[in-house]
Amino acid sequence: MVKVTPKILEENLKQLQDDGIPEDLIEKINEKIKDEELEEEQLEYFLNKIFINYSNAKIEVSEACGVIAAQSIGEPGTQMTLRTFHYAGVEEFSVTQGLPRLIEIVDARRFPSTPQMEVFLEKEYGESEETAIKVHNRIEQIRIENITHDVDLDYVDWKIIINLIPEICENKGIDIDEIPEILKRYKKKGTIRREGNSVIIDPGIEDLQSLQKIREKILKKVVKGIRGVKRGLLMPLEEVKKEWVIKTEGTNLQGVVQIEGVDATRTVSNHIHEVEKLYGIEAARNMIIRESQKVLEQQGLDVDLRHLLILSDLMCVSGTIQSIGRHGISGSKSSVFARAAFEVTVNQLLDAGLYGEEEKLLGIPENVIIGQISPIGTGRVSIMFDLDKNLEIIKSIKGNK
Amino acid sequence: MSYTFSRTKMIEKIKFGLLSPDEIRKMSAARIITADTYDEDGLPIPSGLMDQRLGTIEPGQRCQTCGNLVSNCMGHFGHIELARPVIHVGYAKKVLKVLRSICPECSKLMLTDEEKEEFREEHAKHIQISFEDEEDFTKMVFKKARKAKHCPYCGAIKKKIIIEKPTTFYEEEENKGSRRLTPIEILERLKKIQDPDLRILGISPANARLEWVIFTVLPIPPVCARPSITLDSGIRSEDDLTHKLVDVIRINQRLRENIDAGAPHLIVEDLWELLQYHITTYFDNQVSGIPPARHRSGRALRTLTQRLKGKEGRFRSNLSGKRVDFSARSVISPNPYISVNDVGVPQDVAKILTIPTNVNDWNIEEMKQLVLNGPIRHPGANYIIRNDRRRIDLRYVKNRKIIADMLAPGFTVERHLNNGDLVLFNRQPSLHRMSIMAHEVKIMDGKTFRLNLTVCPPYNADFDGDEMNLHVPQSEEARTEAELLLKVQEHILSPRFGGPILGGIQDFISSVFQFTSKESLYNKKDTLKLLYMGGIFETNPDFQLDHLKPITTDPEPRYSGKQIFSSLFPDDLNIRVRSKFCKKCDVCKGKDCEFDAYVMIKNGELITGTIDENSFGAMQSNSILARIIKDHGNARGREFLDNATKMLLYVIRQNGMTMGLDEVYVKGVAYEAIQKILDDANKEADKLIKAFDENNTKILKRAPGRSMRETLELRIRQVLAEARKQAEETAAHYIGDEAHSVIMTKSGARGNILNLGQMSAVVGQQAIRGERINRGYSQRTLPHFKINDLSPRSRGFVTASYRNGLRPAEFFFHAMGGREGLVDTAVRTSTSGYMQRRLVNALQDMVIENDGTVRNSDKNVIQFSYGDDGIDPMHTDHGNAVNLDVLLLKAKALDVQKIQDEIKSGSIPKKAASKKAPVKKAPAKKTSAKKTSAKKTSAKKTPAKKTPVKKAPAKETKVKEKKGKSTADEQDEDALQAQYKVETGKNAIWRGKVTKGYVDWKVEKFG
Repeated sequence: MVKVTPKILEENLKQLQDDGIPEDLIEKINEKIKDEELEEEQLEYFLNKIFINYSNAKIEVSEACGVIAAQSIGEPGTQMTLRTFHYAGVEEFSVTQGLPRLIEIVDARRFPSTPQMEVFLEKEYGESEETAIKVHNRIEQIRIENITHDVDLDYVDWKIIINLIPEICENKGIDIDEIPEILKRYKKKGTIRREGNSVIIDPGIEDLQSLQKIREKILKKVVKGIRGVKRGLLMPLEEVKKEWVIKTEGTNLQGVVQIEGVDATRTVSNHIHEVEKLYGIEAARNMIIRESQKVLEQQGLDVDLRHLLILSDLMCVSGTIQSIGRHGISGSKSSVFARAAFEVTVNQLLDAGLYGEEEKLLGIPENVIIGQISPIGTGRVSIMFDLDKNLEIIKSIKGNK
Repeated sequence: MSYTFSRTKMIEKIKFGLLSPDEIRKMSAARIITADTYDEDGLPIPSGLMDQRLGTIEPGQRCQTCGNLVSNCMGHFGHIELARPVIHVGYAKKVLKVLRSICPECSKLMLTDEEKEEFREEHAKHIQISFEDEEDFTKMVFKKARKAKHCPYCGAIKKKIIIEKPTTFYEEEENKGSRRLTPIEILERLKKIQDPDLRILGISPANARLEWVIFTVLPIPPVCARPSITLDSGIRSEDDLTHKLVDVIRINQRLRENIDAGAPHLIVEDLWELLQYHITTYFDNQVSGIPPARHRSGRALRTLTQRLKGKEGRFRSNLSGKRVDFSARSVISPNPYISVNDVGVPQDVAKILTIPTNVNDWNIEEMKQLVLNGPIRHPGANYIIRNDRRRIDLRYVKNRKIIADMLAPGFTVERHLNNGDLVLFNRQPSLHRMSIMAHEVKIMDGKTFRLNLTVCPPYNADFDGDEMNLHVPQSEEARTEAELLLKVQEHILSPRFGGPILGGIQDFISSVFQFTSKESLYNKKDTLKLLYMGGIFETNPDFQLDHLKPITTDPEPRYSGKQIFSSLFPDDLNIRVRSKFCKKCDVCKGKDCEFDAYVMIKNGELITGTIDENSFGAMQSNSILARIIKDHGNARGREFLDNATKMLLYVIRQNGMTMGLDEVYVKGVAYEAIQKILDDANKEADKLIKAFDENNTKILKRAPGRSMRETLELRIRQVLAEARKQAEETAAHYIGDEAHSVIMTKSGARGNILNLGQMSAVVGQQAIRGERINRGYSQRTLPHFKINDLSPRSRGFVTASYRNGLRPAEFFFHAMGGREGLVDTAVRTSTSGYMQRRLVNALQDMVIENDGTVRNSDKNVIQFSYGDDGIDPMHTDHGNAVNLDVLLLKAKALDVQKIQDEIKSGSIPKKAASKKAPVKKAPAKKTSAKKTSAKKTSAKKTPAKKTPVKKAPAKETKVKEKKGKSTADEQDEDALQAQYKVETGKNAIWRGKVTKGYVDWKVEKFG
């Protein structure tokens, strides 16, 4: 009955590491049994078992890991809900979830149907609601239509009168005096001035139709905030009640990270192409993993991370995001047969003829098509049999007899 | 069959290219002139479309070109000389692009020499680095060349070229209007393009000159590519392609005659266009802009493109997927008494499916008997293949005795499927690899395939009329792979999440829940019966009832269900799981849990906790089954599953599990309580609606970012959901814990509390697109309600329960919700199916290379180490390579004192290092090798031994082991058998010692 001392433990762990157990696992083991006061035999058993389990879990060469990944992601797809549901309880924005979102990710759509951002704030801004709302006001895009109750057209003097709501303006942190200045940026001609709570625009046009057109245009002008961020919602972070984050509808990552008070290190967008543009392919890869994992988790489906890794690595391997499908990965395969067997069969063959392409028969569908064994799994193994040697052995046996 | 040493030729690569007119003529076996096929006597007309030189389709007839019979002649092409050139539709777009970028006079690519050089270099680089299409690259060339205003070489002014779909080209000159470019002109221009220019355009002149896409000669496919069918009435029906070719030849002939006769230009042009139309539709009958060619009956013809394209086309239907022999399909039905590894096959099926077996000295008697039995009696044979490869059909043999005596080694007998044969079993849709698994055949009566209930989850099968397919592997290699890789027991662990996909389902869960609950006690007789049903005495011959200590002895010895169930576990099983009905207390009381929800298994003994779905169900990554497989391999896991389900089946048969209408009949106080809850909710909703009408923001506070109307909807939905929940709880409380329906929901066997609530208390809100029902008539859902009535009742809240019955309006709303669900499922299957197809197609050629990297078929590295850690998710513990918690639990459960005593006393000699080693040794010793172990697992586990931490005793044991080895060799069979029993099974005790396998491995690895 000998209790394990730290020294023995260290020795044993060292040996375990020499046997090929990765460092992070060793660390975890150390953490786990530091305070457990095991007997020496128990430790021995424990470490042996770890080694055995780890060695058994190593992936085998020639495993068709791609197909397994595809099936592991695709099969739960049949169990997902199709509809986009709103979050129950706490009302936020409607978010695309489930199968449609997964397809969106896999398709690498340029414009996701519900782009969103989660804007984290720097410490001094994020701690209280008052400071956080300041950042929020800087981010949320405000159009003229958001701060007016009506816009009148003066058909006598050919003017447009914008009646602003001072309370909302104040709320959103907009100085009414600034508005003519901002509007001048958009409209070079004519005069713009403030009169009480309204802004009067004299575009110098005396035509009813074009006046109405201008009115519509002005309503859509962004007075404040970042283009693309349609709406922002301030909410406390669930785990730590102290911190406030801004969830937004509509994304503009590049704009948001430049705003004072935004913690650019944590702020994320679910728009994968946007992330790729701003931070590069590795960030995009991480986003694909994160987003797809989120979808599966929300649906309560259990899929190993490794399958998603393979998917996202494949999508990002060329340096840009390639979609899964005929315009992306499947369309850029080097094998004519593989492409032809997927979609747009005839065009693939016609092009192959004109370009003088060569079918090297290295993939799986190609070999299925021509009826040979595909180079995957047990199909990648071949046995060499030395007939001459065999003959010698047989001879020697016969000779002995 | 399987033992022939034939050397099949392998295809190394296939090169694509276009046929030049010369090549077409060269490979042609016949020039086709006549548009007819057969004459009055039914003979093919020479130089007609069915010319015998093009190959033969009639049996017994020899081909006039190669002299082979139908089976060996692969057909020969013919050709037609076209009177005027015609453009290939598929290349019209390409021709347009090229015409636009070359000079109309000198046909040079309209780029300067420097630009060309630049592109050429870029092209070379492109090929080296990128593995993308050439198309992207050539796009840039076209774009640039198009911009040129005049030719940089001869100075000719470029003219605008437009295409009129599909194949008519016009050249537009400024101020002059447009002029048609005939194929002859285009041909001239394309012919003049120089090879280097073509290369820049991405076209490979060695394989395809662009002018070859304009036909001057048309190849005629061999007859066997367009066979004619003779109907029963004797009328011959030609293939669509033949019909089309007849048109082409006829028009070609007319065109030629007209040209020769010097017909007016207009007529020639017309015929030429008609020829172009026929050839266009011959290639593709779905070109936009022209009407599809039709059969006499009005059906559009299925020409070349249609043959290849789409799901029913050649590629996806015939080349990527193939029809096979030796397969069967039937309805499935359950049989809990067969193993998960087995499949029950009806005798009728077994008599048709055969396995080719080589006759040799050892099985000749057996084979003779099979031949004697013949094709009608079951274990028989259908065919014999003699040494000279002649096949004898036993159905037509008068005296089988003679044939049986003739049998000699070297013959092949195609014998009936019999017990123990391996077959592949499949259910569509084959969404993952567990959709096809290998089962052992059990011949049974009846006409359906029988399968064990626990394999339903991987196949996603039920017995409401499902059908499944069965395939018989024919070669020894295929059978070996099936045995080692495809058997059900090798697929208990799912690669999707690193847990078992098999497990107890439905009634097994209810049963285990009742069986292992606190109250279940059994007397000696019942206990023995249960142990017998669970096969304890077979798997563990040393087991005796005396090993169990009765819970009570008053008035008679009684054993608890927990104890009896524990006897199925291996000795070193250590698990802690929380049950499904765990109340999630703030402080978990652990084993003192008053609900018995803390499952604790220590050293193979269920100490506390009621086993339910979480610890016994399918797809539970922390279930007992998962733990057993991790420690003892697939074979032991399968054994546990088989035995446990059999025992549980007996339990539930004795207990009975039923549900009646009375069970969901809530009456009296509880009923009134439910009604009150609903009334209150209704009032609350009315209050909200009133507040909305009056715009009272105090009661109805506007939600951020929502309109008042949306806020109202939200609040009403909340109120109603809350009310439904309360009603449900009231009802559940009234029904009590004893009701069978409650046991089912509580244990996770089937259904949930919501279903119970809907049956007994209130059905609740019906929703369309996640909202209350709000469509139908203008501003109301049904004419039963007032306009703009927002009350719960008028917007689809069903206050009745299923037992009490729905009102007509409620019923209608319920049907609306139900229909939405059905539509949703129908849409979902197709979208997810397509996604799956795309995923598989994109990922399918990813493979782990010998260096551990993941690469695709072009050998591009996708991952440097699979999953960044090289761990197979299938062998993980829910994603982790090693589950430290479980191992620690097991380590702590070790009885150290006992081990030390044993080492000291030396009472137990050597013994293998872990339980895995004996499992591996077993097949050699035990006669029925099949059932003993999963070869793959054990083989894999061989190197997995660890150096002993303690130096001294290790050496000691090593010596001991050597001694043990030498003695073991001398021991006779009985002793070996005895040793095997000690080494395996429940009495084997673990020792962390070195085995020879490990030492060898270590030496090999580290020198």
